[in-house]
Amino acid sequence: MRRVYLDHTATTPLHPQVFEAMIPYLKEKFGNPQSLHFVGQEALNAIEEARERVAGLIKAQPEEIYFTSSGSESNNFALKGFALAHRSRGNHIVLSVIEHQSILHSAKNLEKIGCTFSYVPVDEYGMVDPEEVKKVLTKETILVSIMLANGEVGTIEPVAEIAKVCRNHDVLFHTDGVAAVGNIGVDVTKLKVDSLSLAGNQFYGPKGCAALYIKKGARIFSFIDGGIQEKGRRAGTENVAGIVGLGKASEIAKDILEQRIEKVKPLRDKLIQRLPQKVEHVRITGHPERRLPHQTSFCIEFVEGEAMLLSLDMQGVAASSGSACTSRELKASHVLLAMGINHATAQGSILFSLIEETTLEDIDYLLEVFPPIIDRLRKMSPLYTKFLEEKEK
Amino acid sequence: MIYSEKVMEHFQNPRNVGVLKNADGVGQVGNPVCGDMMTFYIKVEDNRIADVRFQTFGCGAAIAVSSMVSEMALGKTLEEAMEISNKSVAEELGGLPKNKLHCSNLGADALHKAIENYKKRQKATKKDQPAKSADKAKCYCPYCEGSLEGMEGFCKECQIELEECGECGMPKRKGAKECPHCGKTKVIV
Repeated sequence: MRRVYLDHTATTPLHPQVFEAMIPYLKEKFGNPQSLHFVGQEALNAIEEARERVAGLIKAQPEEIYFTSSGSESNNFALKGFALAHRSRGNHIVLSVIEHQSILHSAKNLEKIGCTFSYVPVDEYGMVDPEEVKKVLTKETILVSIMLANGEVGTIEPVAEIAKVCRNHDVLFHTDGVAAVGNIGVDVTKLKVDSLSLAGNQFYGPKGCAALYIKKGARIFSFIDGGIQEKGRRAGTENVAGIVGLGKASEIAKDILEQRIEKVKPLRDKLIQRLPQKVEHVRITGHPERRLPHQTSFCIEFVEGEAMLLSLDMQGVAASSGSACTSRELKASHVLLAMGINHATAQGSILFSLIEETTLEDIDYLLEVFPPIIDRLRKMSPLYTKFLEEKEK
Repeated sequence: MIYSEKVMEHFQNPRNVGVLKNADGVGQVGNPVCGDMMTFYIKVEDNRIADVRFQTFGCGAAIAVSSMVSEMALGKTLEEAMEISNKSVAEELGGLPKNKLHCSNLGADALHKAIENYKKRQKATKKDQPAKSADKAKCYCPYCEGSLEGMEGFCKECQIELEECGECGMPKRKGAKECPHCGKTKVIV
């Protein structure tokens, strides 16, 4: 059976060159970068080279890059680190309603120690209006955190404009760039954010290695206390092989980003164009233009996401969904609900995200196997029956 | 795979899918907010379930559970069918993941509702009253599924005040920001 992987949002595969670059650091170059001897120095040189490469991808300075274990850790680091370091100035933080759980759940915990939060809404396309951010800023506001792009619906937020609003009000600005970095061009000198998180497994790097960009001079609390690793802000023996992999993935992304976009975007566009032609009552979610080039998400009316995923899985297609039944906590995607999509429609969420290996044949195969799946599930659906009955009346 | 082979088999080849046009009893449970919706239709002859059909909007577990319940119910007396429990359904399916156990509740509930609906209709016919349409969702409380017949804006069973949703016209808790039928929500600002 054909195997079609369309779940970039969950993780990308490891680029073969990244794999090759990592191997020596799992074998003979096993040193601890903090050791004085030549074995340690070899590892230290490797992570510093990786730091330069990651910095190069987002046009930062190498000393502004802090390695972490995941995008979630980077987001926790920024939110909690800034909140704690700036408490004397205030305790009010602004988020968007569509932030990743690593931001939203950090906020829940920060509330317990007295931080207060305001949540700015998004429009039907999942876009934040910078004016809305401006409206909720108070004298107490110390931080705003709005994602660069939403991995679920693909919408790219007006981060540079929001950052400008924050600068004018002397408020720190963090952006969760996990879904964006490595997939679209990201330049921190243009965005002018105070911090940005990124994760290797979103652009063909390894899992378990990510980074937080912290603008030089920004005051932040250390996230893990211990040794002097990552300038004491994130202690713990470095994941050397992972860091080397993240560095290599960053170097590749910087070199061939345009080619990657040119390759996946037309395939993605074909999917966006053809699926609604083949299947009725399909809604495309996210912004029509300002969106990540490799992904597309739909809400298929009258059917439920997990049932679609299982059926696609049996046909060898790997995708994802924001339906309540797919999530462990059995809640529909907060992103879709925030965009004004009702619960029943959100249940029909399905997300296809392409990787650089995706071919035209893969997309054609999906377009061939998916409509009959929807058809079968709709025939079982009481909602569809009701819809047809009402249509007849 | 998160599901047992038996669950996947029922998901792929569900038994008794469809609508019974002249059903003797109809039972509907769930709403799109909680994820799943099931409708069971039964035909009763000599106190036995002579035919059964279902429709399900929901995940793989929900579809497999409905299929299994329909299979278990067919041919049983009404009393035996009332004995079908979420536990026995889950067991027959070779187990369900913990967070999917609520789906098995729904399956048995929908069947039991269809039986209750049949009994209600029987009583009504005896009294020579026209049977009321059971699947008229407006007559049911969206929270506890209790009957709202003859009640205006109040659910006796869960003791809450109800009002019509401005969006879809269905009952919802008075002042609730989120309608359980159409899911219209207000964004937090």
